[in-house]
Amino acid sequence: MPFKTIISTSICLVIILFNPLQAPGQQPASPDYGDSIIVGSIGDASTLIPMLASDATSHEIAGLIYNGLVKYDKDLNLTGDLAESWDITNRGKTITFHLRRGVKWQDGAPFTSADVLFGFNTIIDPKTPTAYAGDFLEVEKAEAPDPYTFRVTYKKPFAPALSSWGDIVVLPRHLLQGKDITKSPLSRNPVGLGPFRLKLWKTQERIELRANDSYFEGRPYLDGYIMRVIPDPATMFMELKAGGLDWMGLSPVQYQRQTNTRFFRKNFRKYKYLSFSYTYLGYNLRHPFFRERKVRQAISYAIDKEEIIRGVLLGLGVAATGPYKPDAWFYNPNVKRYPYHPEKARSLLKECGWKDTDGDGILDRNGTPFVFTVLTNQGNPLRDKTAQIIQYRLGQIGIKMNIRQLEWTAFINDFIDKRRFEAVILGWTLGQDPDIYDIWHSSKTGAKQLNFIGYKNPEVDRLLVMGRRIFDREKRKKIYFRIQEILAEDQPYTFLYVPMSLPIIHARFHGIKPAPAGISYNFIRWWVPKDEQKYITR
Amino acid sequence: MNFLIWTAKRLLALVLTFIGITLISFFVMHLAPGEPMSLQADFNPKMTPEMRQRLRAQYGLDKPLYVQYAKWFKGLVQLDLGRSFSPDRRKVWDKIRERLPITVLINVLSMILIIVVSVPLGVRAAVRQNSLFDQVTTVLVFLAYAAPAFWVALLLMLFFGIELGWLPVSGVHTLMGYEHMNTWQKIMDWARHLVLPVFVSAIGGLAGFSRYTRSSMLEVLRQDFITTARAKGLPERTVIYRHALRNALLPLITILGLSVPGLIGGSVIFESIFAIPGVGQLMWSSVMARDYPVLMGNLVIVSVLTLLGNLLADVGYAAVDPRIRTGLQETE
Repeated sequence: MPFKTIISTSICLVIILFNPLQAPGQQPASPDYGDSIIVGSIGDASTLIPMLASDATSHEIAGLIYNGLVKYDKDLNLTGDLAESWDITNRGKTITFHLRRGVKWQDGAPFTSADVLFGFNTIIDPKTPTAYAGDFLEVEKAEAPDPYTFRVTYKKPFAPALSSWGDIVVLPRHLLQGKDITKSPLSRNPVGLGPFRLKLWKTQERIELRANDSYFEGRPYLDGYIMRVIPDPATMFMELKAGGLDWMGLSPVQYQRQTNTRFFRKNFRKYKYLSFSYTYLGYNLRHPFFRERKVRQAISYAIDKEEIIRGVLLGLGVAATGPYKPDAWFYNPNVKRYPYHPEKARSLLKECGWKDTDGDGILDRNGTPFVFTVLTNQGNPLRDKTAQIIQYRLGQIGIKMNIRQLEWTAFINDFIDKRRFEAVILGWTLGQDPDIYDIWHSSKTGAKQLNFIGYKNPEVDRLLVMGRRIFDREKRKKIYFRIQEILAEDQPYTFLYVPMSLPIIHARFHGIKPAPAGISYNFIRWWVPKDEQKYITR
Repeated sequence: MNFLIWTAKRLLALVLTFIGITLISFFVMHLAPGEPMSLQADFNPKMTPEMRQRLRAQYGLDKPLYVQYAKWFKGLVQLDLGRSFSPDRRKVWDKIRERLPITVLINVLSMILIIVVSVPLGVRAAVRQNSLFDQVTTVLVFLAYAAPAFWVALLLMLFFGIELGWLPVSGVHTLMGYEHMNTWQKIMDWARHLVLPVFVSAIGGLAGFSRYTRSSMLEVLRQDFITTARAKGLPERTVIYRHALRNALLPLITILGLSVPGLIGGSVIFESIFAIPGVGQLMWSSVMARDYPVLMGNLVIVSVLTLLGNLLADVGYAAVDPRIRTGLQETE
């Protein structure tokens, strides 16, 4: 599920700030049950039926209530969740899932393959307003030959298929059959299979979950999970300080400067790992300035990515070299890089005919000065600062860059969708699968499609199609390595940086083991020693 | 009788104005770029054009605007505000209703605070015009008015919530253990949580209202009947509080009437800062998500209250001030 939230799926490079008093060896051998965790979130969930939700908070909460057939483990390998195992046959076209037995829905009804089939039929039903039907429309046939077997056959082999059978597609058939899913009470009173069940949901205030005693992997150590909605980040930070929160995501300034006090060192642990996203400067390749590859390369040479990371992220991020983050198995470290080199930038521009003929400090060609506007969305201070640093650096080589900020919906609908832009600063969220067909394939340049910069490269097109048809990891790796080489050479974007996720969690929680998948993969195994427990809820 | 005809005419005008408001707002709202499924669909690689069309059809957005309006208005006549366009698809009235109590509570409390503090303040400033007290309150009140609410709120939270630890930082009640409190403890808990939000939301009004009282009071104090009252030898207290204040408060009825819709309006800024789940935040997120039914639903409530507030102010005027009543009868 590429659109699961960053927190629940994030990855490695984790550095924990261990408190010497809490060395792992001194922890008691057997974890205690009890206590609750209070998590801060800037937004409320919208619906707790996963396939209808499109926001991060809904998926985060739903992820604790529902389970899928498969999930990513701590090292980002697909493993069984409700499926004990699966076979891929028929030259990659058929997947047969063997389901766990004895699993029960939270209302006591048994879980069977009929629930999966029902979920599948619901997600492809035109009446279901879901944003996730895409992967499932590739399915030719889905069947449930017996209660514990679910078989699905694709029209063509489809490598991202397996990972799509996560928690968005398993629904309780006995509660939903024959009903309008959009008006179902499950939206606010979900019945899942997962480690937690809903206790209370006060709109825009809080969502309380309590441990599911009959969870098939054993009940979580914590009794409760409470998400508090605090829309203002400054308030959230004060609430953390005042003791009202146990877990929130920090901004780089909060991480580097505001949490270095004795109070925080004593009461909290900070973590950092690369988030599943990157920020880029994208060019409209239809524009006469940016049609030429050398111009794009020149701009990449003129930008000091390290400077942006220092200035904007306070060092809490790494330079991006392509559309993946550096710790993914499909990341190619050996692509062409663009270190800060203004001289090279100038000479590349000169080769393209850009010279300052009138002495006004701005390059020109055939009477046209090199002036363009970069668009970015309002309310994202990181992107705004990034734009200002780039503006300064481009000014030094004689390119005048204006910055314009726009409200998100207007930005997308009036500028991106209508191709009325010269360059943009935006970011992409990454999935655990390398498939990036929708963003880079030349067939995806139409209205509302995601290759809005208009990138067309026949070799990339061919490789993207091939990458979707092959299951073998090593062969896929080769394909995506080559794609990264081409993109690095072409520079359709200047890939800027991969920021870090910066969670802070109260020190009384034990068992947090950072891994490539981030920290929340083993949330149900987090625990608090009896004498440190803060909230007695049972 | 004349009074009744006058009221009936006013009511008719109200209904027409109301329809006009909804009509214009409905069309203006749809002029904003983007559509309700923008948040869900834009930049989502899993979204296909067919699905987008399907969603549009489900929301009825594929029909001409006047058809959409007619459908909405038909619902309104039957007191049905429709269902939200957000993924939860809840009834608009349910979504607004669950936010109303806390917003109304805070606004009523802050209104009371405003009146209780600003009327005496304004009177005193007027009676001792240009005194030190008058000048100091003028400066203070304008400072409070000019200071951004979010900034004041953050400072107060930092000071009372963290430095002193006297008051909670945000929310409307304690999270853990609230169920086990008795009624009195619950009330105290709410009170502690509401001190800062009520104060912050009152600051702006405090400034305005005390200024209105002051200038209206000054006006009245210059009138002949005040001189007469003083000449009669009435004590100064009686002159000011019985003769002057009663007349000075007349224009304030209008302002109070206009404040009625504000009672449910709520403010995005302090609601977001204090994490209060009120109407303001609902409206803000509905604007961002282009959730037309919720916006229209709120608009209906606010415009009905505004129009009613105006009417009440007018009627109240007529009831309180004999001059207006007689003037009315003479002209009609």
